[in-house]
Amino acid sequence: MYNPTVARLTYRALLGRRRAAILFALPALLLVISLTVRFFTGVDDKVAAELLGGFALATMVPLIGVIAGTGAIGPEIDDGSIVYLLSKPVKRPTIIMTKLTVAIAVTMAFSAIPTLIAGFILNGNGQQIAVAYTVAALVASIAYSALFLLLGTVSRHAVVFGLVYALIWESLFGSLVSGAKTLSVQQWALALAEKVAGQGYVDSSVGLPTAVILLLAVTVGATAYAGQKLRRLTLAGEE
Amino acid sequence: MAPENSTQIHNIGYRSYDGPRLGRSYARTSLFSQSLRGAYGLGRSAKSKVLPMILFAVMCVPALIIVAVAIAVPGSTDLPIKYTTYALTTQVVIGLYLASQAPQSVSRDLRFKTVPLYFSRPIERIDYVLAKYAAMVSALFILTATPLLIMWIGSLLAKFDFGHQTKGFGQALVSVLLLSLLFAGLGLVMAALTPRRGFGVAAVIAMLLIPYGAVSTVQAVAYGTGNTGVIEWLGLFSPITLIDGVQTAFLGATSAFPGGEGPSAGTGFVYLLVILGLIVGSYAALMARYRKAGL
Repeated sequence: MYNPTVARLTYRALLGRRRAAILFALPALLLVISLTVRFFTGVDDKVAAELLGGFALATMVPLIGVIAGTGAIGPEIDDGSIVYLLSKPVKRPTIIMTKLTVAIAVTMAFSAIPTLIAGFILNGNGQQIAVAYTVAALVASIAYSALFLLLGTVSRHAVVFGLVYALIWESLFGSLVSGAKTLSVQQWALALAEKVAGQGYVDSSVGLPTAVILLLAVTVGATAYAGQKLRRLTLAGEE
Repeated sequence: MAPENSTQIHNIGYRSYDGPRLGRSYARTSLFSQSLRGAYGLGRSAKSKVLPMILFAVMCVPALIIVAVAIAVPGSTDLPIKYTTYALTTQVVIGLYLASQAPQSVSRDLRFKTVPLYFSRPIERIDYVLAKYAAMVSALFILTATPLLIMWIGSLLAKFDFGHQTKGFGQALVSVLLLSLLFAGLGLVMAALTPRRGFGVAAVIAMLLIPYGAVSTVQAVAYGTGNTGVIEWLGLFSPITLIDGVQTAFLGATSAFPGGEGPSAGTGFVYLLVILGLIVGSYAALMARYRKAGL
C-alpha cells in the first residue's frame, strides 16, 4: 500500500519552491510569537495554553493541513497530469494511501514539531502543556490530511472548501453553536490533549471515547472514499 | 500600392479593415468590465457562479436579519450593530471571496499564457494592471457595500434618525472602500505570483488570516497580562486590524481589539499611512510583476 516513487513525486510537489515558503512561514511565525511573548510576559502556563490553543492548533494546524492535504493531489488533478500517474500499473487506493502518508508526514513535521518547540519556549513544558498540544497537533494532522485529501479528489475548489471547514465551521460556528463542536477535528484532538495536560489548561467539549471513534471513522472513511473516487475520476476542463 | 491588377494572379476578395478602431481606452474598459463580471461568475460557466453568489448571499443575509430585527423590535431607535462593525464581523467571508476570485482573475491568464495576447492589443502594462486592480476593487466594494446599503435602507424604512444613520452609513462606505483597495491589492499581488489557482487561493487566505490570527492572539495575551499600551501598535501587522484601527481613529467606529483599546488619532494616522503605503506598494508590485514579457 505504499509506492516509493509516488511518495517521492508528492514530496517534491509539496516541498517545491513557493508552497514550501508558506509551509515554513507559519511555524516560523509561531516561534517568533512565542519568543516575543516569553520575552515580554515570562513563564505563564495560562498564556502558553492560550497561545498554543488559539494560534497553533486553531490556525496553524488546519492551514498546514489544507495546504499539504489538498496540495498532495489537487494540483495534479487540476492540470490533468494525474492521468500519467493513473495510467501506470499502480492501484488507485495505493496512490491515495501513499499520498496520504506523505501529507500526514508533512503536516506533522510542520505543525507538531514547531508546536512542541513553541511550548518549550513558552513555559518549558510546565503542566505538560507543550506535550499535550503536540499530541493534539499530531492527531489533528492525521485527520485533517485524510479529510482534505478527500476534498482534493472530490472538488476543484478543494482549497476553498477546506478553508471554509477549517475557518468558518470550526472557529465561527464552533463558537456560536456548541453542537458544531462535536463535529470538529480540533475538538477531537483537544479531547486527547485534555488527558495529557494538567487540570484546567486544555478543555474540549467532546468526550474522549466519542473523539477517538469519530477520528478513526473520519480518517478511514475519507481515505477509503478518496480511493474509490480516484477509481473513476473525471477530469474537468478549466471553466 | 502596385498598379491595378498588374501582378495579381487571382482575387479572392480579402479586404483590410477600414472601420473605426476603438483604441486603447475601449480595450481597457472592456478588460475592466470583463474582469468585474468574471468576479461574480457572470459570463462564465454555471459552476463558477456558485461560489461567488453564495458568498454574496452570505454577506447580505445577516444584514437583512439585522434590519428585520430592528424593525420588529418595538421602540428601537437604532440598528443593533454599527455599520462599521459589519465588515469586521464578516471578514472571513470577504477573505474567502477574495481568495477564490483574485486567482481566477489573474492566475488563469498566466497559466494559459494569454497575457502576451492581451499585450498584442493596443493596451499597455499599466492598462492591464489598472483594469484588473479596479475590477477587483469594484467587486469587493459591491460585496461589502451592498449589506450596508440594505441596512441603511432598512433603517430609513424603520424611520430611524436620518442624519445619524446617513452619517454612519457614509463613514462605513469610506471604510469599506479603503478595505476594498487594500484587500484587492494584496490579493492580486499574491495571486499574480503563481500560475496555479490552488496555490493562489491558499496564498491569499494565508496572507489575510495568519497575520490576523497571530495579531489577535498576541493582543489577547497583551491584554491579559496588562500591557494595554502595545495593543494599538500590534494592530499594524494585519490587514483587517489596520482597517479596524483607521475606522476607530477617524470614522467613529468601535474597535474590535481586546478591551476596545483602539488607536488614538495620532496612532491612527500611522495606520492610515501604512494602508496607503500597502496600496501603492501592491500596485507597484503588480506593475513589476508584469514587466517581464515572458511572464
